[in-house]
Amino acid sequence: MENFGNLMDGFGIALSFYHLALMAAGVLLGILVGVLPGLGAPNGVSLLLPLTFTMDPVSAIILLTSMYWGALFGGSTTSILFNIPGEPSSVATTFDGYPMAQQGKATQALTLAFMSAGTGALFGVVLITALSTWVAQFALKFSSPEYFAVYLLTFASFIGMGSASPFKAVVSMMLGFACAAVGMDGVSGNVRLTFGFTALISGISFLVAVIGLFGIGELLQTMEEGLRFEGLHARINIRDVFHAIYTLPKYWVTLLRSALIGCWMGITPGGPTAASFMSYGLAKRFARNKENFGKGDPNGVIAPETADHSAGTCAILPMLALGVPGSATAAVMMGGLMIWGLTPGPMLFIERPDFVWSLIASMYLGNVMAVVLVLATVPFFAAILRIPFSIIGPMIVVVCFIGAYTIAGSTLDLWLVLPFGILGYVFKKLDYPIAPMVLAMVLGDKAEDAFRQSMIFSKGSLGIFWTNSMLVASIMTIAMLLLFWPLIGKLIGRLRRAI
Amino acid sequence: MARIKLTATLLASALYAAAASAAWVPEKPVEFVVASGAGGGTDTFARTVQAIIVKYKLMAAPVVVVNKGGGAGSEGFVYGSATPDDPYRVTFGTNNEYLLPFVAKMGYTVQSLVPVAGMALDEFLLWVPADSPYKDTKSFIEAAKKGEGLKMGGSQSKDTDQTLVSMISAATGAKFTYIPFKSGGEAAVQLAGGHIDSNTNNPSENIGQWKANMVRPLCVFSTEHMAAGPKVTKDMGWSDIPLCKDSGVPIPTYQMPRTVWLPAKVSPDAIAFYTAILKKVSETPEWKTYIERSSQSDRFLTGDALRAYIKQDAERAIEVFKREKWIVQ
Repeated sequence: MENFGNLMDGFGIALSFYHLALMAAGVLLGILVGVLPGLGAPNGVSLLLPLTFTMDPVSAIILLTSMYWGALFGGSTTSILFNIPGEPSSVATTFDGYPMAQQGKATQALTLAFMSAGTGALFGVVLITALSTWVAQFALKFSSPEYFAVYLLTFASFIGMGSASPFKAVVSMMLGFACAAVGMDGVSGNVRLTFGFTALISGISFLVAVIGLFGIGELLQTMEEGLRFEGLHARINIRDVFHAIYTLPKYWVTLLRSALIGCWMGITPGGPTAASFMSYGLAKRFARNKENFGKGDPNGVIAPETADHSAGTCAILPMLALGVPGSATAAVMMGGLMIWGLTPGPMLFIERPDFVWSLIASMYLGNVMAVVLVLATVPFFAAILRIPFSIIGPMIVVVCFIGAYTIAGSTLDLWLVLPFGILGYVFKKLDYPIAPMVLAMVLGDKAEDAFRQSMIFSKGSLGIFWTNSMLVASIMTIAMLLLFWPLIGKLIGRLRRAI
Repeated sequence: MARIKLTATLLASALYAAAASAAWVPEKPVEFVVASGAGGGTDTFARTVQAIIVKYKLMAAPVVVVNKGGGAGSEGFVYGSATPDDPYRVTFGTNNEYLLPFVAKMGYTVQSLVPVAGMALDEFLLWVPADSPYKDTKSFIEAAKKGEGLKMGGSQSKDTDQTLVSMISAATGAKFTYIPFKSGGEAAVQLAGGHIDSNTNNPSENIGQWKANMVRPLCVFSTEHMAAGPKVTKDMGWSDIPLCKDSGVPIPTYQMPRTVWLPAKVSPDAIAFYTAILKKVSETPEWKTYIERSSQSDRFLTGDALRAYIKQDAERAIEVFKREKWIVQ
């Protein structure tokens, strides 16, 4: 109960008018950068960083983390409304969020997303509060084989997920791996597949791919279907918001499962993006009506959002306790920590408990505040959908290209958006799933690094994935089961028929 | 009379100085290009300089920090040298500016940028997990000579860490399996978790784990002991770490400079302007605090001294690259 006492001290510091005002400002700024695709939380936080140089560390971290929460919420907004994820971790939200918006249920989708995100975040903070000391120990057990096992589990949870043929998913995923291989390879230090373009040395940003595949691809299809946009007739009523909140407890199984996945992935640290994908994959696996997924199933919004936010909050813990940032945004904040004169690491909890616990207290307050503020914006954002498509369509194109350019300020990225847009359209026409490709682009090079590091560890023996620790063996076994489930399922079916 | 003359001379020299410094001043925002991702050593370096410039108002124009860490930092150097005479892009790096083009085909050449200042030297240490059986450098090296050797982690491939590991092997006959991680921070955690036998991290990358008694240093690659400061653990501080050259590893020094660059064709006035600003930054108490906290060596180099340092540092590294057959040209 020592942690609880510490937390109360933390609340004592965080609950001042100045800090609450900072939280509100941070959340609002965050929503803004989250809504603008391409800007995103990492950029927003680094733009804000110079402002904090003159603040004391507690106020500074409260401002930056509040902005992070705001950006996470804002990122979901564009995923649902325009099929353009503002953040890598909200890619999975587009799968069912956007269809819901198209069916005129934008208000419901947004409300469910925000509420489940808030629930996930709170779940994460409670876990941090309770386990902060133990969790750091657990994360130390993770080495390259364990990381690879986690990534493989995420990939496996996407193959043979139902609707699309598992082979199509594999094809899409392999294309993603090929794109992820472009650029400098971290293990050998060599440059691969750049075809003489120096801008490609740093690889193809998957955000460019996402903007093309989802944003432009979707627009092409909408145009072909005759410029219809069913969100047009959505009625916007504040009662819908409350109604959606009222239905949330119905989804408690999905909520709980996703929060657990999120916390686990945030701490290990597999990261929020892997968490949201895995959670979506598992939600689909366990769902009774698999066919509804991808067509606007509320579970498909709740699962990735809950996992994303619980992982996002839990990722703060490895950053503080180990000095390993779980996400790009956490990395920027860690840079801030060092400039303010704090050393992230196991001793931070002992040397600066005031800092750590007011940060944790502010995570409770900041997330509650973010949910309230963001719910207030739902009717406003949902109203955007009433604008006729002939006006909003071209605007989305402009936003897509601005977003693509903002990522790295590279003109090559603008050109890359086009082929990805066409690819997205072709994928939809031929019924290939886009999600596995994006997933492979996001996690591909991390998985490759982890695999090759493991191979250096073991001098080339694959046995390391079962012998390194109990942990890695169990994750690998689950991953293999998921991977070959379509085959195993068929086999069982045949056996049954034979009997 | 003498007095008037003196006053006149002083006045004239003051005016001259004012005129000289007014030869070039930035008139729009200056970009600080960081050749590493957010949160790394180079990032902290650049942002500390930015913070000090802002605090003391050393420059009227605002400063914007951009991270360009792709391709082991080469993205930053390509971006920083994109317009050869643009004095509004100041690039922050390490020795990677003049070493990267030798090991991989990059979008820039060593000559695309001119060095403005070297502001600090980061030290390299040999670290082992706290519960490692090797109590000193000697027993560690002896163990690494046997069988398949030991597992050594580091940041990136063919970069400073792997170069140092190769030098240790060449100098002592010890065998290491080098495992490249994304950053020094990752290598630190892998060491604390006992997944690797050692790493060669900079002080700031391992201090958190050392404080918590999860790892301990064996020796430092330097000719003199590190600056004394408060004890890090109960019985040891930075200055108590033995020198590697005294412990059986005949590598007297291995350090990494924190460097600042401008595009190759900017005017000498612009170089003079930034040199003066960085000199002022290096004299502030905040800079001293940064140096002390990150346990680096305070060494401000410009002009010919800096060029000589770079030449010597590059020659030594290239020798290793040749031996390991990493050279691409």
